[in-house]
Amino acid sequence: MGVTSPPVRFDPLGDCALVARLGERADDETFARVHALLSLLRGAHPAVRDVVAGFTTVTVHYEPAEVEETADLPHHTLARRLEALAPDALARPIASPRLVDIPVCYEGELAPDLDEVARHTGLDAREVVARHTGATYDVRMIGFLPGFPYLAGLDPRLATPRRDEPRARVPAGSVGIGGEQTGVYPLSSPGGWRLIGRTPLRLFDPERDPASVLAVGDRVRFRAIDRAAYERVASP
Amino acid sequence: MTIEVLRPGQLTTVQDLGRRGCQHEGVPESGSMDAYAARLANLLAGNDEGAALLEITLTGPTLRFTRAATVALGGADFGATLDGTLLAPWRSARVVAGATLELGAAHDGCRGYLAVGGGIDMPPVLGSRSTCLAAAFGGHHGRALRAGDVLALGAAPAEAPRRTLAAAVRPTYRDSIRIIPVPEMDWFDPDGRHALFAEPFTVTPRSDRMGYRLSGPRFAAGARAERPSSAVAMGTVQLPPNGEPIVLMADHQTTGGYPVLGHVASVDLGSVAQLRPGASLRFSPVSLDEAQRLYLERERALASLRRGLLQSP
Repeated sequence: MGVTSPPVRFDPLGDCALVARLGERADDETFARVHALLSLLRGAHPAVRDVVAGFTTVTVHYEPAEVEETADLPHHTLARRLEALAPDALARPIASPRLVDIPVCYEGELAPDLDEVARHTGLDAREVVARHTGATYDVRMIGFLPGFPYLAGLDPRLATPRRDEPRARVPAGSVGIGGEQTGVYPLSSPGGWRLIGRTPLRLFDPERDPASVLAVGDRVRFRAIDRAAYERVASP
Repeated sequence: MTIEVLRPGQLTTVQDLGRRGCQHEGVPESGSMDAYAARLANLLAGNDEGAALLEITLTGPTLRFTRAATVALGGADFGATLDGTLLAPWRSARVVAGATLELGAAHDGCRGYLAVGGGIDMPPVLGSRSTCLAAAFGGHHGRALRAGDVLALGAAPAEAPRRTLAAAVRPTYRDSIRIIPVPEMDWFDPDGRHALFAEPFTVTPRSDRMGYRLSGPRFAAGARAERPSSAVAMGTVQLPPNGEPIVLMADHQTTGGYPVLGHVASVDLGSVAQLRPGASLRFSPVSLDEAQRLYLERERALASLRRGLLQSP
């Protein structure tokens, strides 16, 4: 499926980055455009250092001294180059996404806020887990922490506000709900999302290539496992 | 072939030019906060600009060298002494095996760089030897140095040429930081826009390698300024709900949703990095074209300096 849309414009983000705004709202249509541009822009020009997805944007970090010399300044030259590439990227069919299975134990102290989410949503805990594992999610953005995925596709019935007081330390692997979003903390960090389970998988490992298990555009399903299965994977 | 850490200093970390090409995985670039000073220190020590070196913060470490080495200091002046003799920054010096290098408190500025011939040697993680403090990897075990740490040194020529950086090419640090405004500034109230460039700010103690939090005039962003999270860059000036701007620095998170006031011109990031808590600064507007001209000018100056150094006997 290709994406039809108005021309893409790259605007400056400081003197070493350009940003293309691909929609006003973080919806499916905008995301299709973000995803289509991402893979094309990586390696599109020797001056491009990195290409980062936002909910409605694609940002290109670049090295100005490595943009070919023209009568114009590098930001202008590179923006026109990338804009010329964009229509092709948006017209091209998007490769079918990778489906990543994430095992999660939704039990006991690994799920400290599950009862709170159940209370808030008026569902029982089993129904919360059934709905959380029943959906397929899109990785829309990686940010906040190395390997932290922002996932779209949470059942609206599960939406629960963040905690008033963020925890000082959320353990690595914690699966949380923050407002209408769900995600996984790949590393221990402070955090305010409601924790409903934990995965034994290491979603981020700097010694691995790629370091992050998930990339923008992947699809994710959570699968409930019991405590024994969690322990087997967590401590091999 | 090592350096032993006798006293670690306040925050001494291994850095290079940063972990490039990993921001799409949510990994901060890290790297030297005053990268220009770090590159110069490396050139003086006979290294590539991107060799791993030590970034020193406010109070310096005491280090013992177990072999002879060429060293060079750049950035803030920490009144370094080598076996009791003053060691001036911006020139290379020879350290004999067994010598002790002691750095005191920064006279002015905030960050100094110690480059050692051959560079600090360790396996790169995700393509870089920079310390990622937030995720505790890279550099020396992903953390600041502690007493008792031992750092390996890379191979270096036995006798590197002595080099001194002419005063004319040393970095100059400004307390008027140039900002490239963003069109979205129209979203902020007019008094605030005026205050951004008219009134001084102070660096608060809650400033670190992730970002500089500033106190001073407070800004109110209109409701329109809220936006879905998007990539940010070193130098992005964010406005969180408390109204106190944050200048994002080397360890910044890769994405953010706060309204953006503007972006610090890259040539002035070293000046921000040298501001210490309590220091005051002002912002002044600069056009993107001018910021990029200054950037290219500095890169060209550095390239000719590099050629000159390579030609020196």
